[in-house]
Amino acid sequence: MATTDTTPTAARAARAVELPASGGRGARRARRGLRWLGVAPLTAYLLVFLLIPAGELVVDAFRTPSGSFTLGNVSTIFQSQYLSAFGASLELSALAALFGGVLGLLAATAIVHPSAPRFVRSTVTTFSGMAANFAGVPLAFAFTSTLGATGVITLAFKHLGISLAAIDPTSTTLGLALVYNYFEFPLMILLLLPALDGMKREWREAAQNLGASGFTYWRTVALPILLPSLLGTMVLLFGGAFSAYATAYALSGSTGNLVTELIGNLTNGNITVDPQLAYALAFGMMLVISVLMIIYYLLQRRASRWLR
Amino acid sequence: MAALTTSRTPGVTDRRRPATRRRLPVWHAFWILAAAAYFIVPIVSLVQFSFGGRVDGHSAGFHWYATVFDDPNFGSSFWLSVQIAIETVVLSIVLLVPTAFWIHLRLPRLRPVMDFVSVLPFVVPPIVLIVGLIPFLQPFTFIYSRPEVLDFIYVVFAMPFLYRSLDAGLRAINLQTLAEASANCGGSTWSTLIRVVVPNLRSAIIGGSFLTVAIAMGEFTISSLLSFNTFPVYIFNIGQSTSNEAAALAVISLLLTWGLMIALYLVGRGGRTTAQIAATR
Repeated sequence: MATTDTTPTAARAARAVELPASGGRGARRARRGLRWLGVAPLTAYLLVFLLIPAGELVVDAFRTPSGSFTLGNVSTIFQSQYLSAFGASLELSALAALFGGVLGLLAATAIVHPSAPRFVRSTVTTFSGMAANFAGVPLAFAFTSTLGATGVITLAFKHLGISLAAIDPTSTTLGLALVYNYFEFPLMILLLLPALDGMKREWREAAQNLGASGFTYWRTVALPILLPSLLGTMVLLFGGAFSAYATAYALSGSTGNLVTELIGNLTNGNITVDPQLAYALAFGMMLVISVLMIIYYLLQRRASRWLR
Repeated sequence: MAALTTSRTPGVTDRRRPATRRRLPVWHAFWILAAAAYFIVPIVSLVQFSFGGRVDGHSAGFHWYATVFDDPNFGSSFWLSVQIAIETVVLSIVLLVPTAFWIHLRLPRLRPVMDFVSVLPFVVPPIVLIVGLIPFLQPFTFIYSRPEVLDFIYVVFAMPFLYRSLDAGLRAINLQTLAEASANCGGSTWSTLIRVVVPNLRSAIIGGSFLTVAIAMGEFTISSLLSFNTFPVYIFNIGQSTSNEAAALAVISLLLTWGLMIALYLVGRGGRTTAQIAATR
């Protein structure tokens, strides 16, 4: 961009390697300013399609339809039905993060264990990548046909006289968490592997030389070092479950009581459209996610202390 | 026991190694079986459902698949999603490849900023962004009423994946040296980008593009709230009436996504290993 077609080749080369080329200080400063033009298209794009809409959402959450300032919208979300929606979303996210976190940790440690055959790792990561990408509407249908009212497993257990209504994904939080776990569990494996790779073999050997059992090594060495990464990844899982909409909506239809589903209903026009309430709920979600991101950042900083 | 085995390394590790080797396979095998069941059973049930039910007193066989392919809405919604996916990929590449190149070449100071910006779409979930986007875009009817509006929105959600892929690719090549060599041969910045950098970034661009396609093909939240009949919205609508046909559609969609993932794996093979997740939840 700094070069034109009329410039002699040598000067072009000189400029490319940042040697002081022809032109005074002013020209150089102008060129330096022109550099920033290179990021202008992306900046403009993100302003229009991400930052301004998100910013306007926050402003609109504090405005009446006529445009004056109000705290009314935001205080609406403290009414019991909306608080319970946030509660349901948080409960679901916590369950999903817990399931995914614990199972993912167990699986990931099994994969990196020195005695595990090498092919296990590549197989598991490949399949994890595939499972983590199986989400949304198709995943919802897969679980409806497994654990729904007429699902294969539900009917099989019914023959044995056991009701699986408690984990029906179309109507229970526990069931929905099981569905989310389908992509959260492999996601946890994929995100945790780099942290486990950072664990030095010498640490385990040193602990063993001091007479530690496998359990003692985990309790006193591995877990304290891994904890920030572990919790950080679980925060990501939590956020992923908290902001998910498609899977939950495809499972429970418009009867769902998660925050995302309420916002969807308000925007969809299934219920009387109340944009102010939608803004307030969306703002509430942004607040929760901001808190999660701060926690994630702090944990990440702590994790990088050991895993360099 | 340790005394009986002849071993090159004496000491504690010598005693423990055979022990761990014997203990592990039991719980290994258990976990692997349990996890495999958890992941495979829903897919098997889905496939079973897609062949399930009875039609005219016979078992359905491929009936639901035939129904799917006979429905003109299948073709039109599928084609709409393919079109949107292609447009999103082209737009993303045009927007991000030159920007990523420029930042790495001339504005390396911006790299940490970009790392942060590229994860912003994670912080703002689709359902939240769409609430802000509707009042913002509504006045621009010419774009708001057309499905192409989805291209512009999906670019935002694909950005983290494509940018990260490009960023890793650019870090792996020696950009400064390549740019100097190109300039010495008389290449302008644009020809450096197109004739030198892009060929070197081929696998990063292709990898990022596959993920973008996966996002655009699977996105449900925004297209359903803006009432466009994309493929996932079509699957959802069918599911409201005929669950067997919806299962058949879900199987088709699953094969498609996995096809993309396998293609991605094959492209990424030999290079750096990328574990990428693009699904829209």
